[in-house]
Parts: sequence; C-alpha cells; structure tokens
Amino acid sequence: MTNEDLQNIITGLGTDLEFTTEASEFLNVIVPKEQLHHICSQLKSHPELKFDYAFCITGMDWVPALGVIYHLESTELRHQIVVKVMVDDRENPTLDSVHDIWQTADFHELEIFDFFGIKFNNHPKLRRIFLTPEWEGFPLRKDYVDEANMIIK
Amino acid sequence: MTDQQAQNKIKTEEYFINMGPQHPAAHGVLRLILTIDGEIIKNVEPDLGYIHRSIEKMCERDSYQQIVHLTDRMDYLSSHINNEAVCLTVEKGLEIEVSDRVKVIRTIIDELTRIASHCLWWGVMGMDLGALTTYFYAFRDREMINDIFEETCGARLTMNYNVPGGLMFDIHPNFVKRTKDFIAHFKTKIPEYNLLLTDNVIFHKRTKGVGILTREDAISFGVSGPVARGSGFSSDVRKHHPYSAYDRVDFKEILFTEGDTFARYQVRMMELWESVSIIEQLIDNIPEGETKAATKAVIKLPKGEFYQRVETARGELGVYINSTGNKNPYRVKFRSPGFSNLSILNHISKDVLIADLVATMASFDFVIPDIDR
Repeated sequence: MTNEDLQNIITGLGTDLEFTTEASEFLNVIVPKEQLHHICSQLKSHPELKFDYAFCITGMDWVPALGVIYHLESTELRHQIVVKVMVDDRENPTLDSVHDIWQTADFHELEIFDFFGIKFNNHPKLRRIFLTPEWEGFPLRKDYVDEANMIIK
Repeated sequence: MTDQQAQNKIKTEEYFINMGPQHPAAHGVLRLILTIDGEIIKNVEPDLGYIHRSIEKMCERDSYQQIVHLTDRMDYLSSHINNEAVCLTVEKGLEIEVSDRVKVIRTIIDELTRIASHCLWWGVMGMDLGALTTYFYAFRDREMINDIFEETCGARLTMNYNVPGGLMFDIHPNFVKRTKDFIAHFKTKIPEYNLLLTDNVIFHKRTKGVGILTREDAISFGVSGPVARGSGFSSDVRKHHPYSAYDRVDFKEILFTEGDTFARYQVRMMELWESVSIIEQLIDNIPEGETKAATKAVIKLPKGEFYQRVETARGELGVYINSTGNKNPYRVKFRSPGFSNLSILNHISKDVLIADLVATMASFDFVIPDIDR
C-alpha cells in the first residue's frame, strides 16, 4: 500500500494526527499522547493495516520534549510506518504502555525507562533493566552529566 | 508410612536462584533470576547490563567513520554485517551508490560470517547439551574462515572492513581461491555435522518438543532470525528488504513450523547450505570496479532520519540514525536481534525443567554484548 493510501486510512482513526514524509523513507505519524494506545491498537487490528510487527522502538530526547518512535511493519501486507509520540514534561514524563498490543514493547519500554526516564502506564513491571536500581539520572538524555565517565568533545 | 503418604507430607516452596552472570551455558555475562519449584521453572527474569558500554551514547559524540568501529563489538560473531548496517545507513543518507564490486564482496563476506557464526553456534550447542566433540569439529572449520578474513581484512573477528562508501581496501589476491577451497571443504563437512549431532537420538530427545514458540508469539515479541523462522515466521530481511547483492542471488528462506528447539536447530543447519550456495553464485563473478566511492574526510549527513535493516546471523539488526546535519549524529539506535529474542524467554520457559531452559537458550544463540550494547 502506498503512503497516501495509508495516510487516508490512518487519518480516520483519530484526531489531530500529523503526517510527514519529509527527510524519512517512511510515512511518519505524530500521535498526541492521549490517543497513543487507541491509535496503536487500531493500527494492529484494522483489516487493511495489520501492523503486527513492531521491529524497532526507540526512545528520543528532542529537547525539551521526550518521546518514543515506533517502527511498525505488517508481516502480511508488508507495508511500514513510523509512529511518533512526544511528551513535554521532563520531570515526570508518562506515556501509555503498548505492551498489550506488541509484546516486544515490554522489554523496549524497560530500556527507554532506564535511559530516558519515561514511565509507562500499565507496564507489568517497570524496573531498571540495564542500570542498577539506585542509579541517578537517565544517561541517554541530552542534559545528562557524568564528569567521570563521559568524554565530551 | 507409604510413599504416597510421605509425598503428601512434603511441603514444597518456590524459591529463586541466579543463573549467571557467570554461567557457562549463557556464553557471556547474562544473569537470569529463576523462580523455581524444585526443578521446574516458574519465572525467568533477565537482569542485564553487566557488559553494557552504552554504544548508542558513544555514537552521539563520534564521527560516522568512528561509529562503524563500535558496532562490531555488539554482536562480535556478525561483526562484518554490523559494520555493513551502519555503512548502508550512512550511504543512504549521503545518497551514495556503491559499486557492484563492493556489493558482491560485502555479500560474500556476509555469508562467510554467517557460516562462521553458525559453526560456532553448532559447536557450543552440542557442548551445552553434553556433546563436546561438536566444538572441535566446528572450530576446525571456522578457523579456515577466520584465516580468510585475516588475510583480506587484517583481523579475524572484529574486521572493520567496511567504511561508508565501500571497503577499506580491495580483497587479497588469494581471497577467491581460498574461499572456493573452503566451500569445497565445507560441503563435505556439513553431512558430517549431521551424522554427529543432527541424527543423534539423545539430541532428539533433548530438543524435540522443547521450548515451543508459536508463530503469533514470535511476531508479537518481535523475534527475528533463525528463531523466528523455526516458528514459521518469514522474517528474513535479505528476502523482504534486499540490500547489497541479495537481490541478484537465488536462495531459499528456510522455514519450519514446529517452533521447538529442534526446528531452530534445523533452520540454522539448512541455512549453512544456503550460505554456501550464495557464495558459489557470486565468487566467480566478482565484477570489476572501484572499491570505495569518494566521500569527504568529514562526513555530514543531511538533516533527517535514516533507517536500515540487515539480517545478521542472529536476526534483524536495525540501525536508526537521526541527524541534525552535524558531523556527529543526534541519536543512534541499534535494534539488536538478541534483545528482542531474549524477551520471549520467560514466555516459553514456564513450567519446564532447568535443563530444558539450557537447551532452549542454546537454540536461541545469544551473544550477550548484542543484548547489552
């Protein structure tokens, strides 16, 4: 399915969705965070979309906004899109978990929580998966400072 | 007291033990927190980070040429393929088309890497299940590939042969002959592998019906590579999103539907034949051409997002580069096959014996630095 067709179908799934293909090989859909779970479950269940394979879930620090990028593919129809969601609150960023839609999100959300500090509602067990529980700060954020271990050029 | 009465009186209690971080069956520093009831596993919780180097953060301060060198420390058994993934992403950003010669050489070395990786996996899989001989058979043959790499790339494991725009230098004059010699040798050895382990009754009993993974779960958990193909999930990036010279070679995607440890084993064994076939199709027809397209000394990707998927020996590796137009990337993400494959482990290891978990893990072929990055 072409990006235009995808855009036409996805437009009807929610409100205030932004679409862009600029500087990316995929169709990018920017979803307001309140609608994330609803849109994602539609993306998977809609008979013409069937995005059942989340092949990459990336945490991002866009400064000041934090966010998550979901790369999705349909294993049956073989089209791909990118879903982006942003959250402005850096003190207590919270998004809805999508682990009940794509179970791979369980581990990837742990990684994002560990390195970006984004909390996920309804996640089965949010914990530090790589770092120690007492670790302070979130290392992949742009404002993270560690004078001992980081070499800034 | 009869035995039955005595058994009724025994109280059992769940408790947890650590498997790792220094467990021989993990082949690296992987810690699994097992909740067990006797010998039966109730829950598996991986605790990671023992070898985490934060490669993604290091990438944000490095130039694009430097990033290539970090990637072969992720999945060190697919180092050439990891390097290629970054190079392809950068080439996509710069809109460089590499020459046919580069594409073909990259593909040949990719497949040699895959054979070397599967050899190592086959050796240690036998070893995990108590068959030490496989290890020596596999390493004897893998050594020949490492020798070919050493001669052409200068390194045996972390090769760094790819650079953005092509290859660091041309292949060694002996490369074609030695590769052909190896293929001729290796074709007589795969049947030997099968005689030794594949047809072994004890091996069948340890692997058949163990660690069953359904196709639906494989897709939902983002499992890829031979593990996914053992469950009938057609996930081969080489087929679905061909890169380098994979669109001009004829090969089969090996699929099994049983989803058990033995199916995953068979996928890899048959992939050895496919890799041999791919190399045979290309080795006599390496086109002439330049080995490196001209790039600037300081590479700056245009503003934008670039994504490249490749098939390593373990599954799908994704490289995401977000560039703001500087000489350093703004954000780099490596979607590693090991991390996603590990997420399924708890799901398929409920109510199995600890020994079966070892067999399942062996068939997953984990490389821990790939999970930790």
